[in-house]
Amino acid sequence: MTSSPIQSVAKKTPDGFARKIRGLSDRTIAWIFVAPTIFLLLAVNIFPLIWTIRLSFTNFRVNRPNNDVEWVGLRNYERILGDPDIWNTMQATAHFLIWTITLQVLIGFTLAYLINKKFRGNDMWTTIIVFPMMLSPAVVGNFWTFLYQPQIGLFNYVIAFFNGVDPASFSMIGDVNLAPWAIIIADTWMWTPFVMLICLAGLRSIPDSIYEAAECDRASKWRQFWTITIPMALPFLMLAVLFRGIENFKMFDLVVQLTGGGPGNTTTLTSIDLKREAFERWRTGYSSAYAVILFVTVFGLASIYVKALNKVKER
Amino acid sequence: MSFSVTEPTKGTKWFAGFLVVAYAIITLVPLLWIVATGFKSPADSIAYPPVVVFEPTLEGYVNLFTDRTRATDDMLAEAGPPETWYDEIARERGTIITGPSRYGERFLNSVIIGFGSTALCMILGTAAAYAFSRFRVPLKDDLLFFILSTRMMPPIAVAIPIFLMFRNLGLNDTHLGMILLYTAVNLSLSVWLLKGFIDEIPMEYEEAALIDGYTRFQAFYKVVLPQAATGIASTAIFCLIFAWNEYAFAVLLTSGTAQTAPPFIPNIIGVNGKDWPAVAAGATIFLVPVMVFTVLLRKHLLRGITFGAVRK
Repeated sequence: MTSSPIQSVAKKTPDGFARKIRGLSDRTIAWIFVAPTIFLLLAVNIFPLIWTIRLSFTNFRVNRPNNDVEWVGLRNYERILGDPDIWNTMQATAHFLIWTITLQVLIGFTLAYLINKKFRGNDMWTTIIVFPMMLSPAVVGNFWTFLYQPQIGLFNYVIAFFNGVDPASFSMIGDVNLAPWAIIIADTWMWTPFVMLICLAGLRSIPDSIYEAAECDRASKWRQFWTITIPMALPFLMLAVLFRGIENFKMFDLVVQLTGGGPGNTTTLTSIDLKREAFERWRTGYSSAYAVILFVTVFGLASIYVKALNKVKER
Repeated sequence: MSFSVTEPTKGTKWFAGFLVVAYAIITLVPLLWIVATGFKSPADSIAYPPVVVFEPTLEGYVNLFTDRTRATDDMLAEAGPPETWYDEIARERGTIITGPSRYGERFLNSVIIGFGSTALCMILGTAAAYAFSRFRVPLKDDLLFFILSTRMMPPIAVAIPIFLMFRNLGLNDTHLGMILLYTAVNLSLSVWLLKGFIDEIPMEYEEAALIDGYTRFQAFYKVVLPQAATGIASTAIFCLIFAWNEYAFAVLLTSGTAQTAPPFIPNIIGVNGKDWPAVAAGATIFLVPVMVFTVLLRKHLLRGITFGAVRK
């Protein structure tokens, strides 16, 4: 080891530049290092957030900058919470969230459990399974519309092949009943590997010795699974649910490309609805209030969830 | 041969392996379908039943990179014989290439904005992560949580004021604006990840360097940076992938000069309506780099996608 850091460091003595700034205390250096990051985040995240909150109390419209801006108090909030369409959107989002998370946890955990059996080549196959989640959701969403084409789409062809129906007889993204499932299937295809990876880390963190002790006590495999595997992997599973929950609550790119929120409003998730209000109807004040409500919801739910997660971890 | 009660039996391994491989193959089908469609002729791409064996053509790629117009016989006669192989492909369809398409520009934008924001993000992120890891920063935990919480906001929610702010600053639809924006979005990931990587480097190295007369700055870039190189590289790839894939901000804040590829690819339209081989070709060129990165990253994948919450 000729190039160990200690040796290479020992060879050289500090130059003139260093002496000039030697006077800086650690505290000053720390601030010099942290300040640009904090500044940029304040400028691009916090400042806009405060601005959004301010706008949410006005009737401002971006496309009519010359109109007088009036303070309307809480009227935007009242209108949003009293609007049945918003509740439909929330319902669509909840349906999407519940099903994607359920499917992804079930499939993801099963895959992780199987991969953890350490068959030959499991590393390679894990990497292959991970591909979908690294890709651009908008590009993937767009391509899934091709797979879902009624006559020519591969998805319809495969379903028809196994089901015996006519592949032109159903349209995943054109049908009011099927469209919510179209986005769930695409999202599950894309994000199951994410849950799988976290579960795999959870399963690998369980020490072998616990299973060995259980074997000595003659606990059945079934019992070992429910009393060792599941409880020990639970914090990881919950973490996966948290990440997927936040991400899918914000879901925009994949779904907007896949169904555009249609047919009707069946797949209009909150982010898509928000985008329409803000950038198509240009109701800036109204959509700002909408954004604040969404943010408070995510933040509130996530905080409660993190508390629960910490409790599980402590056990 | 060692024996362990926890080692799965050979049969279990075979069974588990079989199921996982089956899943992997099913999950790969849509991806392979994208790649294959890029090499199909328009007729093959919409054939029923879907064709698996077909004669590959570069028509999709030609259509992706060029603008064409439907040509009359007169125009064809006037244009003379095709000069290049891509001219020839276009002529066979009765079209004439009128110029390059905007895909090249959009792709270049993706490269500029992706690499620009990644570089900036790594500079800022490494410095901040080092400070959080080694110094006593006041309100450290609060600041770290603040940095993380910026990731919880739906992009659309902050897009309105960012749109207004960028418009006032003249940053709308500029490379600089997008670079700053993606840097800010990626900072949370890079600070958290890099802090984890730097935490793992023993303090003793730096202490030895400081005793040898190095300043803090020198110790930072001559001792810590080389040690953290792997961590920095994988964090950079994660930031790059994010900026590469991002769609919501790109579609809202850019329209012409600084538009990246993701909002562009879905809108590729051919002479006869939706040109799926061209879309697939565009998607393939765009997705393949990320797949290569994924293979490079496989050791740090988990850490990256969970913000360092799970270390393997």
